[in-house]
Amino acid sequence: MSLTGTAVALLQVVLTIAAAPFLVGVMRLIRARLEGRVGPPIVQPWRDLRKLLGKDRMVSDNTGWVFSIAPLVLLASATLVAGIVPFLSTKSALDQVGDLFAVVYLLLLGTVFLSLAGLDAGTAFGGMGSSRAMTITAIAEPTVLVAIFALSVSTGSSNLGSIVAATLAHPATAASPESLLAFAALAVVTIAETGRIPVDNPNTHLELTMIHEAMVLEYSGPDLALIELAAHLRLVVFLGLLSNLFVPWGIATTAQPLQLLGAAVAVAVKIVVLAAVIAIVEVFMAKVRLFRVPELLAASFVLAFLAVTASFFLA
Amino acid sequence: MSKTAFVQLLDLAAGLVLVISFAALWLRRLATVARMIAVQGLALAAVAAVIGIYEHESELVGVAVLVGILRAGVLPGLIRRAVRAGDELREVESIINVPASLLAASALTLVSYATTRDVVALSPAPQVRAIPLGIAVVLIGMLMIVTRRKAVLQMMAVLMIDNGIALVMFLGTSGVPLAIELGIASDVLLAVFILQVLTNRIRTKFGGTDLDQLRALRD
Repeated sequence: MSLTGTAVALLQVVLTIAAAPFLVGVMRLIRARLEGRVGPPIVQPWRDLRKLLGKDRMVSDNTGWVFSIAPLVLLASATLVAGIVPFLSTKSALDQVGDLFAVVYLLLLGTVFLSLAGLDAGTAFGGMGSSRAMTITAIAEPTVLVAIFALSVSTGSSNLGSIVAATLAHPATAASPESLLAFAALAVVTIAETGRIPVDNPNTHLELTMIHEAMVLEYSGPDLALIELAAHLRLVVFLGLLSNLFVPWGIATTAQPLQLLGAAVAVAVKIVVLAAVIAIVEVFMAKVRLFRVPELLAASFVLAFLAVTASFFLA
Repeated sequence: MSKTAFVQLLDLAAGLVLVISFAALWLRRLATVARMIAVQGLALAAVAAVIGIYEHESELVGVAVLVGILRAGVLPGLIRRAVRAGDELREVESIINVPASLLAASALTLVSYATTRDVVALSPAPQVRAIPLGIAVVLIGMLMIVTRRKAVLQMMAVLMIDNGIALVMFLGTSGVPLAIELGIASDVLLAVFILQVLTNRIRTKFGGTDLDQLRALRD
């Protein structure tokens, strides 16, 4: 593990944590403007986090240890993934463990702990939210695996850094059927996993169909701040994965400071464009019925499956 | 057109034909499914055009234009009229639910890849490698006929099967004479006409086109 590699990984973690709440702020602002409202300033998510961190910690007597450590596990796993995923450079120190399976299961670890925490408090809403989250995750997680697997078939490696480097070396593969299909599949999963419309509505609290908000209903104060930050971070991680796996141009192949700066700007632009598209689509779209969500995810699984068969038989 | 660009465009267009048949299984509104069949016809025309341009065969480009007009314009137009004529429920009714039919269609795709391995091994050409996609479209069309209840949807499924057959034809023969394509086109047109008339008669006679209710004989 080289010194520069460690520096790149640390830089990625620090930058993504600093930028994640701003990205959410940008998305909220875009939605507000399109709906004809003034909207909160972009720094509002950071202010919310600061406010929550300043409050006392309140925990229900009926909860166990899972409830206490779930926010930490969720944030820790998201932070680790933020260091692994090739955002700035393919030369991150964590690149050796930057395996596709490691990333998917680290993200899954956080989801599972949050669901367990939702059940732990024993409230009706928490249990409902957990069961729904698991229903969605059970279809979404294999889709992510299969979709990225389609990309790794042509590369011959399941290492995210090598996949990105291979796409950089052969730009034509970015427009091949398998990567387009895999992109569509991953885009649907990103929306499902980050709890955006049409799967979940991030803005409501008093709706019988909520998923993420139902699970975190029992949390308050600093714990809630950790969970919110982790949710913001997961959004950035998923969008960054999506943009850099399929449109890797701009990413640094070395660890020189100037290249890293350019890579940071490039990845920021890509992520903000993707987030803006999601925010704009959300304005014009209604949430689908909960029982239709498996249909949506089944479609994305089929796309991922077609991507794998195409990369195996057509290429 | 360079070789890699040709392979890429061909795979994209042929892949689009297959993906659209999945979309036709996934969507719920009859009118949207009809639109999907039209887009499939367009993708099919693109396949023919790509092969024609790459191999410098102007006749095949002409065939592509004909295919585009017929399969993306005329035939879907006829189907749209049939959909609009039915004042019944405009949603797809299926014997199996949507995720199940999608999974069944994926299985059929694998079957087509598996069964055409020997055919694909015959030639290293990119056209031949894409033949399983056409077979898969045919199989998915058959799945649609078996599982959907409305006569209108079965018309669309027949068109989908025909699109699949045409895809295999373009990929396998690298260009058919205009005369043969004209013959096939008039044949399909006639079949869709007959199906439309039949659907209308079923509707006026029985008040709906749910074929499951037409099993038992009544006097």
